Amino acid sequence: MGWQAIRIWTVLVYGFMFLPVAVVVLLSFNANQFGSFPMTGMSLRWFEELWNNDAVMRAFRTSIVLGLMTAVISTTLGILASLALVRYKIPGRNTITTLLIAPILVPEVVLAVALLLFLNWLGLGKSFALLLAGHVIFTLPFVILVVQARLVSIKRDVEEAALSLGASPVQTFFSVTLPLMLPAVAAGALFAFTISFDDITGTLFWKPGGVETVPTQIFSMLRNSISPEINALGTVMIVMTVGLPLLGAAVARKLAMKSGA
Amino acid sequence: MSAVTLQDIVKRFGSFTAVHRTTLEIPEGAFVTLLGPSGCGKTTNLRMIAGLLDPSEGEILIGGKRVNDVPIHKRNLGLVFQNYALFPHKTVAENVAFGLKYRDVPKSEIPAKVQAALELVQLPNVGDRYPKELSGGQQQRIALARAIVIEPDVLLLDEPLSALDANLREDMRVELKRIQERIGVTTVFVTHDQSEALAMSDLIVVMSEGRVEQVGKPEEVYNTPASEFVANFLGASNITEAKCIEHGASVVVEDATFGRVTVPAAKAPNLTGQGPAKLVVRAEKLLLSKTQASEGVISVPATVETVDYQGQAVRYFVRAGEAQLQAINMIDERPFAAGDAVHLHLRPQDCAALPG
Repeated sequence: MGWQAIRIWTVLVYGFMFLPVAVVVLLSFNANQFGSFPMTGMSLRWFEELWNNDAVMRAFRTSIVLGLMTAVISTTLGILASLALVRYKIPGRNTITTLLIAPILVPEVVLAVALLLFLNWLGLGKSFALLLAGHVIFTLPFVILVVQARLVSIKRDVEEAALSLGASPVQTFFSVTLPLMLPAVAAGALFAFTISFDDITGTLFWKPGGVETVPTQIFSMLRNSISPEINALGTVMIVMTVGLPLLGAAVARKLAMKSGA
Repeated sequence: MSAVTLQDIVKRFGSFTAVHRTTLEIPEGAFVTLLGPSGCGKTTNLRMIAGLLDPSEGEILIGGKRVNDVPIHKRNLGLVFQNYALFPHKTVAENVAFGLKYRDVPKSEIPAKVQAALELVQLPNVGDRYPKELSGGQQQRIALARAIVIEPDVLLLDEPLSALDANLREDMRVELKRIQERIGVTTVFVTHDQSEALAMSDLIVVMSEGRVEQVGKPEEVYNTPASEFVANFLGASNITEAKCIEHGASVVVEDATFGRVTVPAAKAPNLTGQGPAKLVVRAEKLLLSKTQASEGVISVPATVETVDYQGQAVRYFVRAGEAQLQAINMIDERPFAAGDAVHLHLRPQDCAALPG
């Protein structure tokens, strides 16, 4: 009896969480002009309209470029920071770690306003570079957390062995350390990309006029009307932000299995 | 010329001194063991030779050249770790070939050198496997092959057998010694296991609390310990308070249990004259018997208190007067039982004496 109740409760909770998402995906294939039930037929027409909507496509390109650049910069900085924090005895190591992780703990609005004020104080205007910087600050903690955890599990012995065999510290990093932490690096990069890709709060504050990312584009489209195009756009977003990490995790597991670590 | 020289080396970590002023010569081609309990500074010394740690004071010379400022990757050393430290993402052959890539070895010669190294460690057919597919003992052989294929000036072994189980450890011990003799490389071996040290070394350096206690051949260190620490650390010894009453061509020491014992002068090298001394009696030199000893052998009556049966040998704890002593005897027929009255036989020439 007790278990039965828990089971039903669980189903209800999951239903509450995922049903709206399912509805969006379902309606994006609706042939009808109005995005509502009952559906009158299956069609890809909203995806087609999306493809032909210049504003949406521009937003997509912006989001992808922004996401990729964020991923590359965050991952590079994250690897360097993790190496410094794990492998070297830096004074104030714990403080630095806390500061680097802090952006996760600070409400995003606060972070967004703070960065904007800081920029204002410097006398600089909004720009794509600012938007990129904001996304890097916001995604860096995730990369550091993942990469650091991995780096701790890589034994110093292995690096020392490489050094003793004649590899310089830089050669050791590229031939031993980096390959061993590749799964974490890939996961970190994916995190950074997907977080950047669907971030809206910070982006709304930081983006220069005329630049839209996919989430801000959806946001502005919603202000006019609830077009069925938005359902299609939502479906594409779901595929990218859910499908990509799943794919990434699968690849990472394959890599990890091969290296036996 | 010695292959490695530590000249007045001191190593401090903050306010803690891990290695006190140490000078050590490691002869060319020798198998030298740094032996001691954990925390004695043996690994610190090894890591300083390797270049993984910088000495706080003093000089390190390899092949006569000062290497204090030479980073590890330019020292041409072979290093083998307790936990193998193979590269998990590379095959066995790639692991062994790793060091060759950073040397002037033509690419075409690498496979042959790798194969020769794998044959030397008797694992010629595992080249395309990954380390995790091998057993611990096999992984350690590969680690050894990887270290020696670069023809290092010095081979440094940091407790390489400690992670292996007992039987395998003894096989590997023989194997390691065979390989070292065959290629003749100067080897520094770090261990806390006295039987490994005694079995493999040309020279043993016994260390305690950051100081060298004694340097000598295995039988010297074993039979003529230079300090109470060495006597206790290598095998089991009975050390009793005694007095040196004659110090000349022969050394006579008197203690409460064995009376007057004439110790060969060679076995009391640190005893400078008459006065307080310590008598060192190895547990296996103290024989239990039902009968009195013959002429020239000390005989003391005693009672067996505890019997620790070990298969081919047995360890007895016996009481002789005030003193509790331990004796390790081979078993002849049946061991004595607790409570038996026995005679302890001791040949004076098997004893050693230390300053008191």
